Amino acid sequence: MEHSVISASNFNAWFGDNHAVKDVSIKIEKNQVIAVMGPSGCGKTTFLRCINRMHELVPGARTEGMLKLYADDIYTMNPIYVRYKIGMVFQRPNPFPNLSIYDNVVAGYKLNGLKIPKVEMDHIVEKSLTSAALWNEVKDSLHKKGTFLSGGQQQRLCIARAIAMEPEVILFDEPTSALDPISTSSIEALFHELKANYTLIIVTHNMQQAARVSDKTAFFYLGELVEFDNTRQMFTAPKDKRTQNYITGRFS
Amino acid sequence: MKWETVFKRVLWIMSAILLVLVIGILVTLIVQSMPSIKSLGIKFLWGKIWDPVNNIYGAYPFLIGTILTSFTALIISIPFSYAIAIYLGEYNPKGWLSNLLKNTIELIAAVPSVIYGFWGLSVLVPVIRSFEAKIGVAPYGVGVFTSSLVLAVMIIPYAASLGTSLIRMVPSPLKEGAYALGATRFEVIRSVILPYTRSGLFAGILLSLGRALGETMAVAMLIGNTSAIAHSIKDAFFGPGNTMASVIANEFTEADHTVYLSALIELGLVLFVVTVIINLIGKKIITKYTNN
Repeated sequence: MEHSVISASNFNAWFGDNHAVKDVSIKIEKNQVIAVMGPSGCGKTTFLRCINRMHELVPGARTEGMLKLYADDIYTMNPIYVRYKIGMVFQRPNPFPNLSIYDNVVAGYKLNGLKIPKVEMDHIVEKSLTSAALWNEVKDSLHKKGTFLSGGQQQRLCIARAIAMEPEVILFDEPTSALDPISTSSIEALFHELKANYTLIIVTHNMQQAARVSDKTAFFYLGELVEFDNTRQMFTAPKDKRTQNYITGRFS
Repeated sequence: MKWETVFKRVLWIMSAILLVLVIGILVTLIVQSMPSIKSLGIKFLWGKIWDPVNNIYGAYPFLIGTILTSFTALIISIPFSYAIAIYLGEYNPKGWLSNLLKNTIELIAAVPSVIYGFWGLSVLVPVIRSFEAKIGVAPYGVGVFTSSLVLAVMIIPYAASLGTSLIRMVPSPLKEGAYALGATRFEVIRSVILPYTRSGLFAGILLSLGRALGETMAVAMLIGNTSAIAHSIKDAFFGPGNTMASVIANEFTEADHTVYLSALIELGLVLFVVTVIINLIGKKIITKYTNN
């Protein structure tokens, strides 16, 4: 049981009257890459945003059921602590435009007013940028603004920013949908390296991407978790008719 | 001529008339100031004595009065403007309460300034008078400080409503990025929203300042109209004074000879140029900001 980093049981989420996530139960194991796919409006992004309690920032949002980080109930923990432990990377790269690359990486510490010695800070920056495969490209311009980087570099900067907090889990909300193919493949390559230290949950529109990068895939449809299985199993022999229809492109 | 062409020309002419009007006002001010500029020269600006009876004209008391009232008003208004902008922009951007507050604040700018003058005279002046008696300055009631208080109320809407719109425009991915790193709402405001809107908020303050510098009626009613320079800082602050706008309003009808009248108009010219510059800088910052 304690292998599950994230586990949900009968988890529900609403936006006002819209029942966006219905009765989802899932167990996600450590150091795996999980792809979450499904058609638009199927609740996959909402589910992702429930995991680090970003969903509740929207007025009218509501949740029910159990969601755990290891043995702790995420919804009784301090949301700030939840977000330290569960990082997030967004659809569009969103480095802070007023901060340098260096300050963007340690933004999580600075935002929360955590005082860290300069030496240690330098170490965190180098380590995080290296893990995000960005160090070599930016090591000479650490004190320039992060917004001058290309889209792919900005997204890797956002990944470094998440890594810097040393989370257990990193959530990715369609992380490559705003990027060109080359940047996309460099981010996908990064997923393979990151899973040695982190558990990655990636929402994606792109089935090929899910097949390429993930160990396991979850398929959401109309708010329900239809199927959750090994990616290879899912793409070769899906158990549910709806999964099969989606994979073979009968609806999207 | 085709109707299309006629219509277009009419529109153009109507717009051009306004441009001509503004230039015309500037030219009038310059022409009418000439007697004063010729006989008093540039030292008019820092002449410390304004004594029309003896034909001595110095603008210094009014420059000081204007700067003192405007900046005091600005300092009082900024916390309110920022608080309102952050509350209506971030905490409560939608709903009936938010709309009620926003409309009320915009209404503050629509109230005729003579009404603020009345309110100041009948409510604020007695209060200030007893306050002044307590702290040991001459209890005039009217004066620089009283004017500043009323001015502060009058200029809050400019910075507040611009600030509200700008804060609502902060891209939500940026805010979410900070929340996702474990920032609290206060930290998001301090480290994301305020830096992002900084120049726009500053422009709002400039617009408020432009308004404060030129405000005439309420100030003329409350400032006590004295052209003598105060002997102490305390007196300058709590005692009566005059601003460029208020001295024009109060003495225009009494100006019975050319240089006197012309000196007042020159004050108007200075005021005009200063407020135009401040507004231009403010607008420039806003345009630059909203284009990004």
